[in-house]
Amino acid sequence: MDNGRARNFKAGFIAKLFLMALLNAFGLYGLFSAWAVSSWGVFTGLAVGLIAANWAYFSRRAIPAKYLYPGLIFLFVYQLFSMAYTGYVAFTNYGDGHNSTKSDAISAILSYNEVRLDGSPAFPVAVLEDGDKNLAFGIVRDGQPQVGTSDNPLASVDATVENDRITAVPGYTVLNFNQVVQRQQEVTELRVPLSDDAKDGSLRTQDASSAFVYSPILEYDASADTMTNKETGVVYTPNDRGNFVSDQGEKLTPGWRVLVGFENFTSMFTDKAVSGPFFQIAVWTFAFAFLSVATTFALGLALALIFNDPRVRGRKFYRAMLILPYAFPGFLSALVWKGMLNERFGFINDVLLGGASIPWLSDPWLAKFSVLAVNLWLGFPYMFLICTGTLQSIPGDVLEAAKMDGANPWRVLRSVILPLLMISTAPLLIASFAFNFNNFSLIYMLTGGGPNFAGSPLLVGSTDILISMVYSVAFESGVKQYGLASAVSILIFIAVGLISWIGFRRTRSLEEL
Amino acid sequence: MQRSIPVAATALGLALVLSACGGSTTPEPTTEPTATETSAAPEGEASNSLTIWVDETRINDFDDVIATFEKERSVKVEVVQKASGDIRTEFVQQVPTGEGPDVIIGAHDWMGEFVTNGVVAPVELGDKAASFSTTSVQAFAYNGTNYGVPYAVESIALVRNNAIAADTPATFDELIAQGQQAETKYPVLLQVSAEGDAYHMYPLQISFGAPVFTQAADGSYTNELAMGGENGARFADYLKKLGADKVLDSNIGGDQAKEAFLAGESPYIVTGPWYATAFTDADMDISVLEIPSAGGEPAQPFVGVQGAYISSQSKNPLLANEFVVNYLSTEAAADTIYNSGGRIPALQASADKIKDEVTRSFSEVAAKGVPMPSIPEMGAVWEFWGQTQVSIINGTSADAPAAWEAMVKNIEGKL
Repeated sequence: MDNGRARNFKAGFIAKLFLMALLNAFGLYGLFSAWAVSSWGVFTGLAVGLIAANWAYFSRRAIPAKYLYPGLIFLFVYQLFSMAYTGYVAFTNYGDGHNSTKSDAISAILSYNEVRLDGSPAFPVAVLEDGDKNLAFGIVRDGQPQVGTSDNPLASVDATVENDRITAVPGYTVLNFNQVVQRQQEVTELRVPLSDDAKDGSLRTQDASSAFVYSPILEYDASADTMTNKETGVVYTPNDRGNFVSDQGEKLTPGWRVLVGFENFTSMFTDKAVSGPFFQIAVWTFAFAFLSVATTFALGLALALIFNDPRVRGRKFYRAMLILPYAFPGFLSALVWKGMLNERFGFINDVLLGGASIPWLSDPWLAKFSVLAVNLWLGFPYMFLICTGTLQSIPGDVLEAAKMDGANPWRVLRSVILPLLMISTAPLLIASFAFNFNNFSLIYMLTGGGPNFAGSPLLVGSTDILISMVYSVAFESGVKQYGLASAVSILIFIAVGLISWIGFRRTRSLEEL
Repeated sequence: MQRSIPVAATALGLALVLSACGGSTTPEPTTEPTATETSAAPEGEASNSLTIWVDETRINDFDDVIATFEKERSVKVEVVQKASGDIRTEFVQQVPTGEGPDVIIGAHDWMGEFVTNGVVAPVELGDKAASFSTTSVQAFAYNGTNYGVPYAVESIALVRNNAIAADTPATFDELIAQGQQAETKYPVLLQVSAEGDAYHMYPLQISFGAPVFTQAADGSYTNELAMGGENGARFADYLKKLGADKVLDSNIGGDQAKEAFLAGESPYIVTGPWYATAFTDADMDISVLEIPSAGGEPAQPFVGVQGAYISSQSKNPLLANEFVVNYLSTEAAADTIYNSGGRIPALQASADKIKDEVTRSFSEVAAKGVPMPSIPEMGAVWEFWGQTQVSIINGTSADAPAAWEAMVKNIEGKL
């Protein structure tokens, strides 16, 4: 065992030791930080990751783990975690109005419902500190210097006053700006009652130079977990939707995040406003994805066949030119096409069609056609590329044999080339279908889903596909609904997965040729 | 390529969990309502620094003024530039995690979303409110509480090419007639674009007595929709007529309108200061005027107000207030902001000092406008509003008043 790693201090081992020390140092730093802010999820994740790393790289029995570890970490952080989190969000009402925790919501509600008393003056305020470091406010009221703390209402004191501001009080230190800044959160949270009667309100300051008299409208009762309106006596109790609600159904905003079960998953079907256009859009989504694949494949294959024929001259040049659209980012092309298809100023109408005003993007059927046409332009080079590759891999003698048997070119294509071609391209066609099923950027950039269904209570239109409809419902309808968006994107994921799975099963039969 | 949603959701998820790992969304028995924990920042270490978020469209306004503030109050200010498309969403998402800034600079109509989500703190303007233009203060008020401090105002106005037209008639119809007589390509340029542009249409709409929401006595908006009814129907008919006469065209967006006006293809354009600088830079002789009424009542444009908000979870509430309330309200700061950004100051004393003729005229038109509603309900209005206008202008909706009424119903259903 003398050649054991631990006794063999080669350069490699030292490098490893150094890297692991670095990793552990960062890991420990992360652990302490997570501990400090009570982020237990991160803490646990980090601890497990760190222990695994040390085990993987110091154990002699963990050879495969040494190679798998980095990949697994990335898989967890970037894939599994985000999937799990999306799944979690899908069961909550996370979105506008339900943005944070209950305690955040309570403090926001209370601060939004604390009003300055009508006609109360601005008091130049001094922030004071007694011997025990307790904070107090000192103001001059009715010509009298007065000091109070959160427990003791304002009471007159002997103090030195300059320009209506207290500058010195026996028993207290007057804090200067820098000292106040050190304790700024305590200062802004301090409420000094004006008198024993709570109705008189309390003094508070937001900038430590002027104080105003405030009175809260709402009061939170921690033991009963209710909000009470002090003027009207209305009691608000928390409901299971993350809101304080009165008996009359009046809600206080903001609310907080709660779990809502499967509601997000079903709301697309049960919400009348959504379920109406949903069917129409679902049909178009399938049509769009299928037609996109069919048209691009047909054109790509046709061109590949033509340029695969040795009689065509300058094939290399043409092939290079055909790849060009493939080289542009899709969403950019979509934007350019949007400009070119403009009814009045677009290149197509203005130059090519001599000033015609064809509503390419504002007529429901023409818009559908335009979307398919632009997607054809974007997609055929890819199909051309894979078809060319496959065609070149078909052995020449097979084609030769077919010709010898007297098959005409059409027959060769139908019975020899296509079956051989489909073996390797069918999986790619399925992938392409899945991609187009969710081709959000094209729809969003080209038509934005428009032209919109007239009179619809939702902003969805004739070219919207499911994913862009979700975007519109969850983000563009005024309020953001992350829960709903997550739920429906999971549904779409399941649909795409199912279609692909069936598709791949079917293509296996092609290989039995 | 399910771009938007999963990516947004996961990015968000990562941000949330990695930073704060709330996890505890189940209603926990809250012991302390004002749960601003002191444990996170050890005492004595509370740094004298302030973090401000600002996007690229507003950052120029603030470079100089922040430098001065840092020097005068010996405070460190960290300015974080965010993309204008994301800043607002990011703010809403990150404030609850404690990762947000202390102060955010933005437009007043972000307020609704911020208040709904509880991410901004109320701001007490005190007596300083009187030194700002009334509209700009109203813009940041909601339910009687103030949530921000204004620093600049802007609105659209009628810009005239003096080389084509010398005087302007009192009504919009007469203006169109005058423009048609001038035999330029367009009688007047009013941008619509394919998504609609309710903002640019609003002066015409309100001149028919169909404001978007009713205003309370103090100028703040209620959540009662007011653009339906007979006045709304009259406006819808008017839109239809303008569309049929080719005065309005959904193919003309902001860029097209600006280019056409620069090319001298119209005597008039309805636009804001953002394009007017391009006209003056091109040495055009322009006048900035009030928009003539189309329906009888004054054609008041929406006034957009720029301002500063304070995060409800700021760890430096006092410094934030010092900067936002006490410093931005000074004349010196307002002057500096105007000099570096060129936007019309919300502070009256600074606005009165403007020398530039075009900016001055815009400021006068803005003073007569109405604040753009910033109540949360406004979020549900914009898109429907614009889309309906486009469908009426295009003639897609043959019965304009019915389409308008359907839109009002749809919006009411959302509220």
